[in-house]
Amino acid sequence: MSNNRNISVALWTLTTKEIRRFLRIWIQTLVPPAVTMSLYFVIFGSLIGPRIGTMDGFDYIQFMIPGLIMMSVITNSYANVVSSFYSVKFQRSIEELLISPMPNWTILLGFVLGGVCRGCLIGFIVFGVSLLFYPDFTVVNPLLTLTVLFLTSILFSLMGFINAVFADSFDDISVIPTFVLTPLIYLGGVFYSINILPDFWRAVSMANPMLYVVNTFRAGMLGVSDVSIGFALGMILGFIGVLTGSCLYLLEKGTGIRQ
Amino acid sequence: MAYALEISDLKKTYPGGTQALKGISFAVEEGDFYALLGPNGAGKSSTIGIIGSLVTKTEGKVKIFGIDVDEDLALAKTMLGVVSQEINFSGFEKVIDIVVTQAGFYGIPKSIALPKVEKMLKRLSLWDKRNDQARTLSGGYKRRVMIAKALIHEPKLLILDEPTAGVDIELRREMWTFLKEINQNGTTIILTTHYLEEAEQLCRNIGIIDGGLIVENTSMRKLLGRLNVQGFVFDLESPLDKAPEIEGFPLKLEDPLTLVVAVNKERSINALFAELTSLGIKVNSMRNESNRLEELFIEMVKK
Repeated sequence: MSNNRNISVALWTLTTKEIRRFLRIWIQTLVPPAVTMSLYFVIFGSLIGPRIGTMDGFDYIQFMIPGLIMMSVITNSYANVVSSFYSVKFQRSIEELLISPMPNWTILLGFVLGGVCRGCLIGFIVFGVSLLFYPDFTVVNPLLTLTVLFLTSILFSLMGFINAVFADSFDDISVIPTFVLTPLIYLGGVFYSINILPDFWRAVSMANPMLYVVNTFRAGMLGVSDVSIGFALGMILGFIGVLTGSCLYLLEKGTGIRQ
Repeated sequence: MAYALEISDLKKTYPGGTQALKGISFAVEEGDFYALLGPNGAGKSSTIGIIGSLVTKTEGKVKIFGIDVDEDLALAKTMLGVVSQEINFSGFEKVIDIVVTQAGFYGIPKSIALPKVEKMLKRLSLWDKRNDQARTLSGGYKRRVMIAKALIHEPKLLILDEPTAGVDIELRREMWTFLKEINQNGTTIILTTHYLEEAEQLCRNIGIIDGGLIVENTSMRKLLGRLNVQGFVFDLESPLDKAPEIEGFPLKLEDPLTLVVAVNKERSINALFAELTSLGIKVNSMRNESNRLEELFIEMVKK
């Protein structure tokens, strides 16, 4: 498939198939983040938040909003790709793609765009929910906010893809989100500023990659961050580059998909 | 001579050391209907997997219509359609979406694919089920979806890996008619099957693979010509007490109304009928004792 038009048709087909998939099961994919985040806003924002007071000069619920949006974006973009790609492996419909003349990069891009669409859509849904609890919220830097939203969805879609490539069972696709992603996200500044931590734990937190993602997004929405924005964006872009290369290498080698 | 498929010295060793293919070579002419037969584990599916790039080869060359898959895999793939042994589509999608999506993977836009899909689904009696979720279909209809998927980009070479496994007789015959038709329209077909009657009915040439090696590669006619003795079963009009004795034809009475005979290929069966008629024995119907290809196949893979 050397013709650019054919490749764009194939990419469009795979991407729309991926979008159709998560929209078809909207009750499993779109509703739960809205419900879960509503509970966070009720409990930590409206009930406990006023007792906590301010965080970095913002109402606690206002401080929490960017973190909770990022948490939803990360988990959903990751979950979309890992579950979709593992499912096509499991039910052997990966053969439809492997037999076709689609180049590997198109296959990767199709799945990643599916993850990005779900991640971004969830980001907007959670933001919409947050406005119900804090209607006065205004985004300080929309361009930075959207850029980080987009890059984060790409980054975690790529991670989900690698997880799916190596997964041999449904257990394998839940281990990383449960035991790695979730703890890192919770300790990555979603609910607090690392400025409130003792020096030692602040230094330890700086090694958590989620901190950079969450704080760059918070910088876009609120204008405050615990980390350097330039450095954080560079890290995100660097990781995207490395993970894209790794995914293409795995596809070329046929790891987990070709015998 | 133009070849649809050329395979040279193809080897496959799986991680763990199992050597599925030990260096097979064969070619399939353009327009042919070719049977690739072999017992379970002989290497048929590995061969098909390599051709369809679902399995990575260890060594050897594969050319599809003269295009080396190592040089231009994408172009070679546009000429190839594969119907895998296992169902390989999402059961949660509608039949029509599965086939339109497959066309899209080959760069065919939905607007162009839809009329082709309609024609294909109608031809395979799937049109009424186009909006059904694939998982609700019976096994036979799922097989038809597999065929529709493999043919939607109009490949010049179609490979079917046991397409009628688990399919009822009526549907199997329908599929035979359909496959004969697309072969007559110019599509080269390679078929693997465990139903040797199917291979005998459909295929002009045959390759037999056993233990990762090609043990036979010839025309069906020549292969069947090697059969020296054929067994026939006669259904008689009136019961007999014992089998008649006719020189050169060892007859055996299976039951009072069924006579079995082994006929050497040098003897004419007309002579046997003449003798039976002279003895006043009337034959209502006659059939082969077993499938002719089956007898040869068992002999070859036993060696």
